[in-house]
Amino acid sequence: MFSNILIYFVVIPVIMLALLGLSRDIKQIRAVAVTGSLALLALSVYVLLQYLEIRQVDQVSPMLFTDSWSWFEPLHINLAVGVDGISIAMLILSSVILLTGSFASWKIDQPKEFFLWLVLLSTGVFGFFISVDLFTMFMFYEVALIPMYLLIGVWGSGRKNYSAMKLTLMLMGGSAFLMLGLIGIYYHSAPDGGQLTWNILEIAKNDAIPHGWQQFLFPMTFVGFGVLGAMFPFHTWSPDGHASAPTAVSMLHAGVLMKLGGYGCFRVAIYLMPYAAHELSYIFLILTGISVVYGAFCACVKTDLKYINAYSSVSHCGLVLFAILMLNTTAMTGAIMQMLSHGLMTALFFALIGMIYGRTHTREITQMGGMMQIMPYLSVCYVVAGMASLGLPGLSGFVAEMTIFVGSFKAGMADFLAGAGSLRLVFTLVACCSIVITAVYILRVVGKLLFGPVYDDRHRTLTDASWWERLSTATLIVCVAAIGCFPNFFSDLIKTTFSPEIFRVLGM
Amino acid sequence: MDYTQFLAMKQEIGLLTVFLLVFLYDTFMPRGAQKSLPVISVVLMLALTALGFCSCSLGSAHNTVAFAGMYETSPVISAIKNILNVGVVIVLLQSISWANSEKMAVRRGEFYELLLVTLFGMYLMISSRHFLMFVIGLESASLPLAAMVALEKNSYESHEAAVKYILTAVFSSAIFMMGLSFVYGLTGSLYFENIYFALTGELNSMLVIALAFTIAGVGFKLSLVPFHLWTADVYQGAPTSVTSYLSVISKGAAAFAFMVILAQVFGTLYSQVWEWMLYALIILTITIGNLFAIRQRNMKRFLAFSSISQAGYIMLGVIAYNAMGVAAMMYYILVYIFSNLAAFGVIGAIENATGKVSMDDYRGLYRSNPRLSVAMMLAMFSLAGIPPFAGFFSKFFIFTSAINQGSVAIYVLVLIALINTIVSLYYYLLVVKAMFIAPEESVIPTFKSTCSERLGLWITVGGILVLGIVSFFYNSLLNLATDSTMSMYFIG
Repeated sequence: MFSNILIYFVVIPVIMLALLGLSRDIKQIRAVAVTGSLALLALSVYVLLQYLEIRQVDQVSPMLFTDSWSWFEPLHINLAVGVDGISIAMLILSSVILLTGSFASWKIDQPKEFFLWLVLLSTGVFGFFISVDLFTMFMFYEVALIPMYLLIGVWGSGRKNYSAMKLTLMLMGGSAFLMLGLIGIYYHSAPDGGQLTWNILEIAKNDAIPHGWQQFLFPMTFVGFGVLGAMFPFHTWSPDGHASAPTAVSMLHAGVLMKLGGYGCFRVAIYLMPYAAHELSYIFLILTGISVVYGAFCACVKTDLKYINAYSSVSHCGLVLFAILMLNTTAMTGAIMQMLSHGLMTALFFALIGMIYGRTHTREITQMGGMMQIMPYLSVCYVVAGMASLGLPGLSGFVAEMTIFVGSFKAGMADFLAGAGSLRLVFTLVACCSIVITAVYILRVVGKLLFGPVYDDRHRTLTDASWWERLSTATLIVCVAAIGCFPNFFSDLIKTTFSPEIFRVLGM
Repeated sequence: MDYTQFLAMKQEIGLLTVFLLVFLYDTFMPRGAQKSLPVISVVLMLALTALGFCSCSLGSAHNTVAFAGMYETSPVISAIKNILNVGVVIVLLQSISWANSEKMAVRRGEFYELLLVTLFGMYLMISSRHFLMFVIGLESASLPLAAMVALEKNSYESHEAAVKYILTAVFSSAIFMMGLSFVYGLTGSLYFENIYFALTGELNSMLVIALAFTIAGVGFKLSLVPFHLWTADVYQGAPTSVTSYLSVISKGAAAFAFMVILAQVFGTLYSQVWEWMLYALIILTITIGNLFAIRQRNMKRFLAFSSISQAGYIMLGVIAYNAMGVAAMMYYILVYIFSNLAAFGVIGAIENATGKVSMDDYRGLYRSNPRLSVAMMLAMFSLAGIPPFAGFFSKFFIFTSAINQGSVAIYVLVLIALINTIVSLYYYLLVVKAMFIAPEESVIPTFKSTCSERLGLWITVGGILVLGIVSFFYNSLLNLATDSTMSMYFIG
């Protein structure tokens, strides 16, 4: 079992949990957290290199490093793992954000409990991304959700009780639909009389789910994951949750956990049920299209920094789901790039907001101003994050959004020319508006917060970033710039992983 | 008469031996030695449990029918008895410090004797293949419980609870027997097998009434809505050890017996009648149990309503009506025993030390008693079905087994049950919130729980962590259930 490298993505966090349980003072806790997340980062980079090497030889198998160990045998539940380029990208993203998140919570109260929950959460995240068995995937998904309740409830601020409960119940509500969908998939996973299975790759290969059932199971799974991906009527947990959460949790939640939603929609709903995806995508296109624009508009009128960023996350994550539903390779690649890009830049945003809040004790942009004179390093970082968010070329946001819109436009035009209606085209145009609205709210914040006269004289004595804050933000900026400067590397990594099954889905 | 038939009843005889030893010890040992009675009964029960797990000694390796077909034992049946035994060992362990307290000094022995008698009654309920036998089991499992509920002589609530319990118990037995007399009138037999084959004819209204009365009678023991009205008051008034016994052991045994009756007696009426009766009962039970649990502030009342809704989930295994359902239900009962006893263990420890049972008193408990709070939190998470704790697995498997039945109605039922898990998550999280998040200073001072309480908690928490992730338990139950002859009744 331990000969497979992927299993260490779960083993390392479990060891971290044990060590955290044993550690006595804050120094040991920090040491465990940083060493562990560095180890995870190293592991994911190593897996990436190995993956690229093997991929040059083997271009057929949909996933590499696959392995499967029997767990609940009579029910065909296995602990099955495997990765493709998309999962590897997500693994790297998660470990980067876990590392920077650990630095961002350098001075947290009750550090032992905090890091225990945080590491438990990331166990769920890593387990989710390496699983190819629906049962284990779902289990890790729920493992990642529940620590949020205590992380927000205990260490949060503002209306934390309300937000924590709302977030937990809404996400668990989504997973209730998801569970029904997954069990339904299991019972239709094999052609008549064949062996039932939870394994995603086998289900995709069999393509056995009857079309009638797909139309029932697709909405179940898509909504189930879509709640976590902040799809329009189910997004309301996100602003409250992010606003109340402590810094590292906001980072991890917006940066990684919301990606679980997008990844799940792609890997389960669309990958396994392509027929229904074609048939029903219009409903969800409308909903996600609304997320994109509505989120951006909301961000324009909020004055609390965290709320602005949370709504901007709704908008950006909506774009991920929106692009996935376009069902073509370009948009799909863009969606994955957007997941990476949004994960990094929103983590950067939340880290910076946490650092600013820690100094000024307010997040209201009307109560602050002229930060550029007081804390130039943090302010410059904030500008960089903002530019990435509004899609400045050279940073990650541009690459991702460009790819998404090109892909969507292609899909829309194809539909239109084939006489299949103009819904995709119209919604692509609507979604494009979000770029402009994004620019409005980003520049508004940057202008009010960073430039102009200092609003509050007490702020003049504040200090700039400390070394661990610099480390955390610099890492994120380097990653954001890396995606922006070498987009081809990432899009190839993602594209080469589009296995034959995915091409079938995309109708190519 | 062939006396070798008694060999089929090895588990019952073992239990009877334990009972007699406890009884003799209680009666003849001097007052000074009485203090060790609780420990002795735990040890005896533990020995019985251990022997039960070896199929060579007490457990049964294959199906045996004895006493002209009135009594049956099989691997599945001895497995559920073993599961109940494990639960009883934990209950006894957790009750040691209560039983040795001042107020119980003269009645210590009664608690153990009555408890063992009711367990014997449950064994008979589970094993019976004839309704007379079943009624004997049902009565000896119900009536002594009323005395147990009333054990705290000086507590007004304890008496009130006992009266409520005995009145409803007697009333529901009466209804149950009314149903039986209808069945007897229709089929001319009280043997499960004869009734099963006599009921293949067409449906008539008398049969439906008979079935409804039977379900109502057993539904009372299981506290299914609308037969649940006694539950909250009795759970609140009874001593905590008795409450925990009522909520897990009595319920688990009744659930299994209920399934046996529905499958082996009324199996032919599954799709015509009782599937739909159960459908309505499950929805009502889960929903009403959950909604009432939200408002409770007393921890014992709170767990009473939570256990009502849990009974609804257990019934999903019955409505599944297949071997997977049997396995999932037994596994659910096993996991539920551990999770609920962990919760009751914490409640009992706090009650013994401080006398506080209100959820408001639990505010800030993490700061004063971190270990107890963590145990309580794990119990709540397991009851709510959060992975990686055992409750998640038992819930997932019971839903999977129900959906295996395949009809669209079942998908709707499971969806309703799933949405209800969100409601239940809400109130379980309220406890977690009170303990971990509430900012107040705890009104419960830091205290050290007794050795037996801690041991009980360690065992239950260990069970919560291990029972799910280690697949051995579920796999072996499923293999047992698939091989069992009970499967032959599942004709769908």
